[in-house]
Amino acid sequence: MTVGILALQGDFQEHEAVLQRIGVATRQVRLPAHLDGIERLIIPGGESTTIGKLLVTYRLLEPLRARAGRDLALWGTCAGAILLARQIVDGLPGGQPTLAAMDIVVRRNAFGRQIHSFETTLDVPILGDQPLPGVFIRAPIIESVGPTVDILARLSDTTIVAAQQQRLLVTTFHPELTPDDRFHRYFLEL
Amino acid sequence: MEESTWITKVGLAQMLKGGVIMDVVTPEQAQIAEAAGAVAVMALERVPADIRAQGGVARMSDPGLIQAIMHAVSIPVMAKARIGHFVEAQVLQAIDIDYIDESEVLTPADEEHHIDKHAFKVPFVCGCRNLGEALRRVAEGAAMLRTKGEAGTGNVVEAVRHARTVYGEIRRLQNMSTDELYTAAKHLQAPFELVRQVAETGRLPVVNFAAGGIATPADAALMMQLGVDGVFVGSGIFKSDDPERRARAIVQATTHYQDAQIIAEVSKGLGAAMVGIEIGTIPQAQLMAGRGW
Repeated sequence: MTVGILALQGDFQEHEAVLQRIGVATRQVRLPAHLDGIERLIIPGGESTTIGKLLVTYRLLEPLRARAGRDLALWGTCAGAILLARQIVDGLPGGQPTLAAMDIVVRRNAFGRQIHSFETTLDVPILGDQPLPGVFIRAPIIESVGPTVDILARLSDTTIVAAQQQRLLVTTFHPELTPDDRFHRYFLEL
Repeated sequence: MEESTWITKVGLAQMLKGGVIMDVVTPEQAQIAEAAGAVAVMALERVPADIRAQGGVARMSDPGLIQAIMHAVSIPVMAKARIGHFVEAQVLQAIDIDYIDESEVLTPADEEHHIDKHAFKVPFVCGCRNLGEALRRVAEGAAMLRTKGEAGTGNVVEAVRHARTVYGEIRRLQNMSTDELYTAAKHLQAPFELVRQVAETGRLPVVNFAAGGIATPADAALMMQLGVDGVFVGSGIFKSDDPERRARAIVQATTHYQDAQIIAEVSKGLGAAMVGIEIGTIPQAQLMAGRGW
């Protein structure tokens, strides 16, 4: 199994490093041809406006939309979660490109500017009792989810920060920036 | 919950990797940059080429202008403080800027001390010409680095020199034994712990972009192939004939930096790049890269 990592922009090398530590082969995806034979793809953290624009320019939007959640499991972290959302709040004024694959509404920069970026610990029942370190950087939140979406984690004030819709996974924080690889292992089972 | 930790400061720079940070002097330019795919903008009153042309003391920009740019875009906004001018940095933190560049492009306020960057909640990016300078900045709290190049020249030669120096020095450290590393730290004038960390990991402790003289898509890809994590483009975009198109082209060349076909494609018909300056024709006193130590 080779896991694809969308490498248009962002912290794709950090995801790559985690998967290589686990012993999983990875491939950087920048063009549609790079998706051949890939059944799992991570959309990393980065700037959702930049990644979205490059998805359009290099014609990745359509093949990803066609396969998302079917023969392609997808996991979006932070910017990746924004790009998977059906609806984006506080996106670019004229709208910004999204895969619209998952029935969630995401608000960009929901905690404010960089000065409000933070670390915390999260309870994620599907990953066991051990709390998960959560790194939130200019992070979005999940404002609402559709009926087929499972909520995986909330902040103590009940804000939704991780969710799953069958083979689609989103976290608004960055497991790839911590030594805890449980979310990566979970994605490999989807 | 803890705000503004080292991981979140370094982490924002990690999110900018593979991207282009563009200098802008108006909210309209900031929106053009965002639409072209910039990962962040640097808000300032004058781009380096104009600072160079006009001379005089270059200071932090008007906070009102910076805020207008912050309101105009959804991507992170950076701004420059003078080297050692910790009150300019306090002002930038007070308006909630996303990143502070303690920059040699402005006239230094202190010729001995850089800002104690650990004392701030906002992360800092600092310039470097070599590994020792890079690690001294990290020791002071810089959460991101950029090779200095020579700003406002449209000439990539100094950016190349600084990137080759930094990465060459890292490769040399990797081949050293521990006793040699103690001496290397002395020569680099950098803390031993950071030197040892670089020798072990083969990489800088924080993200490193290229800056200073990048004017074309091929320049950006050159710096990426030399090993930097992303690029700053200062005067190169809005001092060119067709800023919008050039901005898009540089973004694409930075993503596809290993794909010469794509770089060729995006380099077509961009119009004139900014007029460059031969470094040898600049009087010594007007070189910016030598500021900071």
